[in-house]
Amino acid sequence: MNLAILLAAVLLLALYSYALGRGRALGQTTGHPSELHSRPGYYGTYTALWSVIPALLVIAIWLMAEGVIVEGLVVASLPQAQQDLPNAQLGLLLNDIRNVASGAFSAEQAEPFVRAAAERYNGLRLTSFIGMAAIAVLLAVIGLYWARRAIDPGLRARNAVERIVMVFLVAASTIAIFTTVGIVLSLLFEAWRFFSQVPFYEFLFGLQWSPQIALRADQVGSSGAFGAVPIFAGTLLISFIAMVVAVPVGLMSAIYMAEYATPKFRSFVKPLLEVLAGIPTVVYGFFAALTVAPQIRGFGESFGLDVASESALAAGLVMGIMIIPFVSSLSDDVISAVPRSLREGSYGMGATKSETIVRVILPAALPGIVGSILLAVSRAIGETMIVVMAAGLAANLTANPFQAVTTVTVQIVTLLVGDQEFDSPKTLAAFALGLVLFFITLCLNVIALHVVRKYREQYD
Amino acid sequence: MSMTEDSQTPEASTPVETLTTETTPKMIGRDVSVFYADKQALFDVDIDIVEKEVTALIGPSGCGKSTFLRCMNRMNDVIEGCSVTGTISMDDGDIYDPKVDVVQLRARVGMVFQKPNPFPKSIYENVAYGPRIHGLAANKAEMDAIVESSLRRASLWEEVKDRLEQPGTGLSGGQQQRLCIARAIAVEPEVILMDEPCSALDPIATARIEELIHELRENFTIVIVTHSMQQAARVSQKTAFFHLGNLVEYGETEVLFTNPSDERTQGYITGRFG
Repeated sequence: MNLAILLAAVLLLALYSYALGRGRALGQTTGHPSELHSRPGYYGTYTALWSVIPALLVIAIWLMAEGVIVEGLVVASLPQAQQDLPNAQLGLLLNDIRNVASGAFSAEQAEPFVRAAAERYNGLRLTSFIGMAAIAVLLAVIGLYWARRAIDPGLRARNAVERIVMVFLVAASTIAIFTTVGIVLSLLFEAWRFFSQVPFYEFLFGLQWSPQIALRADQVGSSGAFGAVPIFAGTLLISFIAMVVAVPVGLMSAIYMAEYATPKFRSFVKPLLEVLAGIPTVVYGFFAALTVAPQIRGFGESFGLDVASESALAAGLVMGIMIIPFVSSLSDDVISAVPRSLREGSYGMGATKSETIVRVILPAALPGIVGSILLAVSRAIGETMIVVMAAGLAANLTANPFQAVTTVTVQIVTLLVGDQEFDSPKTLAAFALGLVLFFITLCLNVIALHVVRKYREQYD
Repeated sequence: MSMTEDSQTPEASTPVETLTTETTPKMIGRDVSVFYADKQALFDVDIDIVEKEVTALIGPSGCGKSTFLRCMNRMNDVIEGCSVTGTISMDDGDIYDPKVDVVQLRARVGMVFQKPNPFPKSIYENVAYGPRIHGLAANKAEMDAIVESSLRRASLWEEVKDRLEQPGTGLSGGQQQRLCIARAIAVEPEVILMDEPCSALDPIATARIEELIHELRENFTIVIVTHSMQQAARVSQKTAFFHLGNLVEYGETEVLFTNPSDERTQGYITGRFG
């Protein structure tokens, strides 16, 4: 609450400095803004940035450092007996102190030294906040004063402002990169812990997947086996079925839309197809589990086939339908991008429309089409909800689409749902699976992007 | 080419000179009008294209010369909202007759475009494209022969014979355009239409194409649209001057350039407009 007021004050100061900087710049002219190097607004922004950025930086750094320092001081003031507690118990104690300090626990029931510490904690935080507010506002005012003094018609305010804007742009773009790096690192470390308990080759080449392990010595029947081959095979099977559905349907609809459909029909149908991509995957999931799977089962039984009620086929079919728009929309764009001159060249030779499509347009668009298919594959491999609901949990190593199989994503979900303990290979296996999955989709995406980029150099 | 100019009331074109040629005309256009949606781009064009001669179509931008060229192999069919009235006949058969298969027509009337547009395939496959879809070669040896003779006639063979498997898009602009000409003549058309074939090329490449047009004239009837009056004067025997969708004047190239009968032609060739 107090922090919000402080931030509001800093921002108000920024508004004021904008007006001040702009006014001062204009005041130094004889009334013509063109005498200034930059437009007046830039001088305002320049002043505002000078006052607000140092203040915000101080607030951010202070807030990050405050917790550690204040807690350190509180711990130092505790009785010696408590200071000597092991780290974990000290943490619990600190938690109690924080709760008492914030009023979440009633202070009467707490031990006296906790109450004293809580008071000290509150006192320190108040002092810290006042200090921070004072320094931030002081810096804002100094920045404002300094920037205001620097303003004269020759000051290159626009260049300075644009440089600062560029710094913000760079920072924004690195956030995504650092997030990715962070995720990969956390996957790597947890997977490393897993591989210190389960051998690498056993995980990659083992044929048995049964991650239930005995939590207590007296449990039986839970040996724990971490051979990931069955679940990667299941993932590949379902993805393969999905691609068998999505590639022909998506490609043909793309060809129809790009080459044959009238513009009116296209503008009507293309958004409709893209709606398919907007349906939440959980909806596809129960569609697969409740509608498609029983149909397939009934259909199979009428032929005397033994179909599991949760089959790879049902999940694959529905997933294929889900990724049709990925294939069709991207391929449509790629096919439409083939230059008109190539079509005319082919027609000019006496080729029919279908000859032109098969012999000129599709070969020219092929790299882009391959790229769209690879993106769809990586989408299929990473898809979770449909397979959770429709494919089952049994880790069967089979190529029979009528049997239940399980996928990497399903296993990750089941491993991490419920009570966890993070020193058991059962839980850590999820990170290893995630790492391998991430690696596979990363490779597919890199290949897809590479192919698409190569395609761009094709004409012109 | 786009028809951006306002369609104006059709001015009466000067009577077309009757040409006293001993050869029979290869293609005859009568009362040819073209409409893009409801905008008229071409007004009642009458023209006789003479066999084994080069006919140049000249005129300022938007005058309808490319439009007329594209009527001659029904390339305008692929443009939406475009309609053609009047008749264009070739060897006494109307090419707009519903019974005519446009695919066969385009095999007889080939086309070379303004911008070189080789397919993103190998040089060999570019030339073999037409013969392949029309089934002109029975085996690989025959196809090789067709490809070689087409490239030779397009005077490209010596430059590419060692790299037939490389992509046609890797050639220089002038080579690409000669590849497109080789591709067009590989199906043995009777007429070749050229839509400003040199406008994207440098002077040296242009000179080579013009030289080539001279050689091709022995075997093919050629119609060329050009912006360059010097080019028209250099390569053609007949010249047609289009202005605002009308065929203003048509006749022997020498006569048209030295002694035009219409003052609009006079104005254009002396550079007063266009």
